[in-house]
Amino acid sequence: MREREDEWTGLMRSAISGDDAAYHRLLKAVTPVLRAAARRGLTRAGQPADQSEDIVQDILLAVHLKRHTWDANAPFAPWLFAIARNKLIDALRRRGRRVFVNIDDFAETLPGEAAAETVPASEVEVQLLSLPARQRDVLQSIAVDSASIKDTAKKFAMSEGAVRVALHRGLARLTARLRGQ
Amino acid sequence: METDQLIRSLAADNAHRAWPVGFVLTLALLLAAPVSIAIFMTELGVRPDVMTAMRNPFFDLKFAVTLALAIPAIAISLHLSRPEASLRGWVWLLLIPIGLLVAGIMGEMMMSQRTPMMTRLIGNNAWNCLTSIPLMALPLLAAALLGLRHGAPTRPAVAGAIAGLLSAGLAATLYASHCTDDSPLFVATWYTIAAALVAAIGALAGSRVLRF
Repeated sequence: MREREDEWTGLMRSAISGDDAAYHRLLKAVTPVLRAAARRGLTRAGQPADQSEDIVQDILLAVHLKRHTWDANAPFAPWLFAIARNKLIDALRRRGRRVFVNIDDFAETLPGEAAAETVPASEVEVQLLSLPARQRDVLQSIAVDSASIKDTAKKFAMSEGAVRVALHRGLARLTARLRGQ
Repeated sequence: METDQLIRSLAADNAHRAWPVGFVLTLALLLAAPVSIAIFMTELGVRPDVMTAMRNPFFDLKFAVTLALAIPAIAISLHLSRPEASLRGWVWLLLIPIGLLVAGIMGEMMMSQRTPMMTRLIGNNAWNCLTSIPLMALPLLAAALLGLRHGAPTRPAVAGAIAGLLSAGLAATLYASHCTDDSPLFVATWYTIAAALVAAIGALAGSRVLRF
């Protein structure tokens, strides 16, 4: 458990100094842990666990947009679990239950099963459709068609800078929409 | 959308860098300060006998108290903008202004007084104090909440209340230069009620706008 968390901290430090691959690996590494905790939270609240993927994506978006509040000298796991716990409580409350989530739920969680068993999330999908066309196109090109920023710029005859701006605005707006629903 | 696909788009956005919360908070407060100062200049103004008042230690103490509230509250609210933060080890900072007031009250007690205690406590400007401090605090409170929204406070009501104390401390610093009631008893009563009012507004607003 310790080793795992030290590895996350190292990956996040690399990510912040500009290593996109390290950031990708970090997000992949934390996702099964978040998924298992989300499932447990849902089950405990008497909700179907197959909605866990919506919560996982909600947490990942918050982690991404709030990562400037992480202190690079501090361990990453407590910060991550605080964000995750906040989002999980929020999600359960929106589903009509007031539930207390223990932070140890995350720390002691073993990685959840492979994503193959999970139902694809629908909330992000729905909100994606309501984004301005350009932001939606860019997001879909990068996420679904796994195109690079460069290829996406070529495809839509945009500059790479404009693609980056549209991508970030799209993600930020997506998060705001998910919060407001 | 599959989670793996979302992760791919997040990783592609890794180059984006957000401003630190402290910078955004400072910027917001600096932009709101002229509004509060304008309210002060048009509605209140510095008291005419300020040059003589400055030689009165109880006049000076008012600024020590209000700044000893505002500055620690800025530090605490920045701390609370981090999701994993707790109040432990920080809340004692708020005892500094209280300690200064207690010392001031004891100091005043030891001096011979021409006016009775209750008269000094009630003063002449109680109502003005209760309305002016919150009024001048509101623009600063809005700015502080805006700045903290850029952070990730997981206890939004508490963070909002501290933002309220921060803005009340700054507003009270302005107000102190207008008010002719210098007794620490007056400050301990009316400034405290005004600050508590702004803190309550901050907690209420924070629990709504500081969720992320």
